[in-house]
Amino acid sequence: MKATVRLLPLILCVSLLLGAPQARAQDWVHVTTNMAQEKIRLAASDFKPVGDDPQTPTLKATFDAVLYNDLSAAGIFDMVSKSMSPQATPGSPQEIQLAQWAAAPASATDVAFGALSVSNGRLIVYGWLDDTRNTASPQVLGKQYNETASQDMSRILAHRFADEIIKQLGGGVNGIAETTIYFVSSRSGSKEIWSMDYDGENQHQITHLGSISTSPRVSPDGSRIAFASLEREGWSIRMYSLDLSRMVSFPAGAAGGANFSPAWSSDGTRLAFSSSRSGDPEIWACDAGGGNLHKLTSFRGPDVAPTWNPKTNSQIAWVSGRTGLPQIYTMDQDGGNIQRITDGGYATSPSWSPNGQILAFSWRRNYGPGDPGARDIHIIDLASLRWDQITHESGSNDFPSWAPDGRHIVFERQIGHRTDIWTMLADGTDQRQLTRTGNNTMPNWSWK
Amino acid sequence: MSTPELDPCRPGMRSDGPNGDVFPLIGKRSGFLAEGELKLNRRHRFLVAASLMIALFAVAGCKKKEVATAPPPPPPPAAPAPTAQIAATPTQISAGDQVVLSWKTTDATNVSIDGIGDVPTAGVKTVTPTSSTTYHLVARGDGGTADASAHVTVSSPPAVSVPTNTESEIDIFNANVQPIFFDYDSYDIRSDAQATLSKDAAFLNQHPDIRIVIGGYCDERGSDEYNLALGENRANAGKSALVNAGIAANRIRVISYGKEKPFCTESNEECWQKNRRDGFSMDR
Repeated sequence: MKATVRLLPLILCVSLLLGAPQARAQDWVHVTTNMAQEKIRLAASDFKPVGDDPQTPTLKATFDAVLYNDLSAAGIFDMVSKSMSPQATPGSPQEIQLAQWAAAPASATDVAFGALSVSNGRLIVYGWLDDTRNTASPQVLGKQYNETASQDMSRILAHRFADEIIKQLGGGVNGIAETTIYFVSSRSGSKEIWSMDYDGENQHQITHLGSISTSPRVSPDGSRIAFASLEREGWSIRMYSLDLSRMVSFPAGAAGGANFSPAWSSDGTRLAFSSSRSGDPEIWACDAGGGNLHKLTSFRGPDVAPTWNPKTNSQIAWVSGRTGLPQIYTMDQDGGNIQRITDGGYATSPSWSPNGQILAFSWRRNYGPGDPGARDIHIIDLASLRWDQITHESGSNDFPSWAPDGRHIVFERQIGHRTDIWTMLADGTDQRQLTRTGNNTMPNWSWK
Repeated sequence: MSTPELDPCRPGMRSDGPNGDVFPLIGKRSGFLAEGELKLNRRHRFLVAASLMIALFAVAGCKKKEVATAPPPPPPPAAPAPTAQIAATPTQISAGDQVVLSWKTTDATNVSIDGIGDVPTAGVKTVTPTSSTTYHLVARGDGGTADASAHVTVSSPPAVSVPTNTESEIDIFNANVQPIFFDYDSYDIRSDAQATLSKDAAFLNQHPDIRIVIGGYCDERGSDEYNLALGENRANAGKSALVNAGIAANRIRVISYGKEKPFCTESNEECWQKNRRDGFSMDR
């Protein structure tokens, strides 16, 4: 009931924005289905410290904070604030008094709780999830972790437990607490590829090429990053192996002309990218190893930024300037059946949602000479071509990239001369800034 | 001698070196003045300026640097000894900046400044010293000789002090092969760019050994990836125009810089226009 009430503003908002009959608004609720489920009233108790190892308090503090943040950020929970939670820190199913958590003000339908200890350098965590409405058999989840004790491991275990809860309560969709975001940062002095955890922690530099590197796209299996780098002869598609921690060869990406904006098919077998090797920037595709290279588009003007339909891998959306200002188009994987998606303005950087139904992209509806050009992230339903603006009046926003859960989008936001990476839910709520040093652009969310 | 100064970001803002005009050319930094050049037909201007200055000194009691007069020669008191004053404003500059010299003398029949030559008995002159310089003025009259000097300290070495062969080659290239500019979101060659390209092509036809790189640039507003493609189209458009003008295609490389290497970083149309360009550089 409460969850329905909380959801109402979203539905109303979408209806008003679209100025559409209720049936259409329902389409939106349907296409953003991962967003629109009733939010579950979830409490996350602080874990109970066990034993007297001096590492326990700090590791527990990290674990509690990360678990609560992960569940808050999941987009499917109405979290019980810690100030409304019972004081008790139940360390086991025997210790929890579910009635306390079910009662106001917590009013939780589910409670995550457990115990954490450090023993002989091992971090041992027991985690449970109970349903307060099922007093006869409340346990939904029970997990045990035993790993080398460290702050990083405490963080990782909290992510793992959070993802278990999110998958259990979120309709079987995997959580994103263990995912990675790749991006471009200039903080080392040159534009290099960096990575960070989905929550902005653990930021570190991956490439050290000393040139200009752009458009990182991680492969679906997480083993490689394709990106574009400026070399003496121009722009090439390069490959970095995350398994080998070094650059690996990709000759197909350097065969003349400018080559940039790579995109993996969701099965990892193919790459599409923009290449001007035929004289004009067009969309090309090849096998993951570089073979079977062929050109998909043939129009004068820029053709860039392909993205595969990850549900079918039979379609590509991309940006074309064939009629003037850049617009979003879709085509079949063989280059046929071209459809224009946007009806004007300046539209770039499409990212295809995991369910294959929605494109997120950057759009300036009224763009023209002299316009400062602040752009906003939009989503468009490909079946109905109904669209919605999801960032508003906050800087210039570009490069949306869907999280694998289809609920989150990472994007870059430029305010003044600074650009940083932000995440948000796919309805534009819960915006979180992840970077604060240097200029950070072109984020790409890992596939799992 | 200094080489003509070029600002790659400001096409047309270029001086052609000494040309006898004592007044600055276009732009603040381009005042290349020939030392030792004053034309007779300008003389009245200096006389007016001189009398104005004298009047100013009389009214305001402006203190100029007093300079020791030469020891007076013995008797014949018929002709008074000359006096001389010279001042430089400012006395400290960076290379390329201008300095205003002003001087006045009395009872002199011939006045000269070392390095400049004969000058009126009083006057003002703008100079652009490329290294620290002492301007030494000598006034000769029937009553004897007086001198005065003013020192100008130039804080950094001149941009082009002792040009090597390669530097001057680049300078000549840059002076003759100018960038072209594009309309918003366009890679069509404008008519003004067509004229520039004709001159660029003429130079390249005269120097068949020079190979070039065309860089395509965009303003800051668009999306990075789209701008890389647009910059590639701009660079290719420049290449096509040069090839049509008779330059062999294998002498030309193109690289799109998109909005990665702006010439100008302000958010206004003037700056955006500077960044929507094809830049030409020597390929080596």
